[in-house]
Amino acid sequence: MDRVRDLASTRAAVIFTKSSCCMCHSIKTLFYELGASPAIHELDRDANGREMEGALRGLGCNPSVPAVFIGGKYVGSAKDVLSLHLEGSLKQMLIDAKAIWF
Amino acid sequence: MPSFDPHLPISNAPGIEGSRIHAYRVSDFGPFEQSVAFRLEDAIDLSTSTVFNSAKASGQAVSFDPLHIATFDKSTTSFNINPPAAQVESQRLPLEKNQQLNLVSISSGNTENWGESNMADASPRTDISTDADTDDKNLGFDRGLSIVVAASDSSDRSKDKLDQKTLRRLAQNREAARKSRLRKKAYVQQLESSRLKLTQLEQELQRARQQGIFISSSGDQAHSMSGNGAMAFDVEYARWLEEQNRQINELRSAVNSHASDAELHIIIDGIMAHYDEIFRLKSNAAKADVFHLLSGMWKTPAERCFLWLGGFRSSELLKLLVNQLEPLTEQQLVGIGNLQQSSQQAEDALSQGMEALQQSLAETLSSGSLGSSSSSGNVANYMGQMAMAMGKLGTLEGFIRQADNLRQQTLQQMHRILTTRQSGRALLAIHDYFSRLRALSSLWLARPRE
Repeated sequence: MDRVRDLASTRAAVIFTKSSCCMCHSIKTLFYELGASPAIHELDRDANGREMEGALRGLGCNPSVPAVFIGGKYVGSAKDVLSLHLEGSLKQMLIDAKAIWF
Repeated sequence: MPSFDPHLPISNAPGIEGSRIHAYRVSDFGPFEQSVAFRLEDAIDLSTSTVFNSAKASGQAVSFDPLHIATFDKSTTSFNINPPAAQVESQRLPLEKNQQLNLVSISSGNTENWGESNMADASPRTDISTDADTDDKNLGFDRGLSIVVAASDSSDRSKDKLDQKTLRRLAQNREAARKSRLRKKAYVQQLESSRLKLTQLEQELQRARQQGIFISSSGDQAHSMSGNGAMAFDVEYARWLEEQNRQINELRSAVNSHASDAELHIIIDGIMAHYDEIFRLKSNAAKADVFHLLSGMWKTPAERCFLWLGGFRSSELLKLLVNQLEPLTEQQLVGIGNLQQSSQQAEDALSQGMEALQQSLAETLSSGSLGSSSSSGNVANYMGQMAMAMGKLGTLEGFIRQADNLRQQTLQQMHRILTTRQSGRALLAIHDYFSRLRALSSLWLARPRE
């Protein structure tokens, strides 16, 4: 969990993914489309991947990836992110965290 | 003295009945009082079972009851006998080309009595190999040849041959009977399961009819017969459409009769809840049969034109609505505009994810069987590929879920941005649009064709 927290604070937008996960690809695409440059951490390429996955599940992320953090705070899974975007909140969160500027 | 192999003493023997050879005919065979002409089947049978054993070339006289016939050397000998003077039954012997027969020649003890012919005559078709060292010859019988084949050198051997043949026939019969039983069993099982399915369908039909749904004849639903999940969903969807029609009619008459906002609000809430219902149904259907949803076969053809990830595109819907919803406040315009843009971006993101999935699946299925050399390695490779591909297919459900979430939330967001009356008009407009698409489909399907 610590590792998750640590990594999540390294940048304004952080996404935990798996290299084989295509939904992760969708969320990454959305972030790029919005002009953000999120840090991507692939759990299957990380030695502590298993533990981290468990920690993410513990946060309530189901499926465990993609897991999105903005401004160091856990935002949610793909469904949460898309909902926030439709509401118009996602952009604001990114702006607030200085991940994007407009 | 026989003109050929001196090692083959022959004696004439009458009374061939004693032999165990099948159905041969006795006919004049020159001095040889009887000929032994086997029936073809037997000859062929004989060819497959090494009935004939060759005796040593040392010329042991093997006594045959009642014919004394010596076999040739261990090498197989093909011989074509067509003694012109002999009245041998001419039969077609369709032996296979490479059939090898150890044949026994019948030699007459008195060649001078062999009709007018001399066995050793160089008639082109007389080809008795007298050479004990003859190599194995292929039989290569011509069709019109008559063959004289002698029995084995001992009655025991012919008995073996018969038993073997009979045994084989019996075994084949048993096998055929077994297969027939299995087929019958499979057929009966199929009938049973069909009957069960039929009862289930009848019950479902009964239930649906009771709920006032018009169920057309089986033709319409033929395309949805792909398993319980698909068909169940189609039925549920038809029911859902009926209910929506009813609700929309209620809304329309309320709007036209200038009902109060409060009344409208109630009806609209009902309609929104009803939309939630279809998304819930789709979610269940995606678990049961994701490909049915993706195929769009539960929708009409014209609707299918616009299919995106198992449903409609929210962004397109909003584009259509904006014009019909005027007058909108500035804030509403911005809100609807943002909503349209967001849904567009979300749709694009999901589309990209789907493309990545397709590419990944294609790569998985096409990756080298070239690498591994061993066959077991290939099998393991194949199974590994399949397992991976199965995993990827499993993620399709997730994509459909997200797409439906998108649709559901777009509707809810729209409802939030608009006033009650505007929402009412929006819902009517949406319903009318899809209604027209469905009507178009019907027209299309019913169009006259040359």
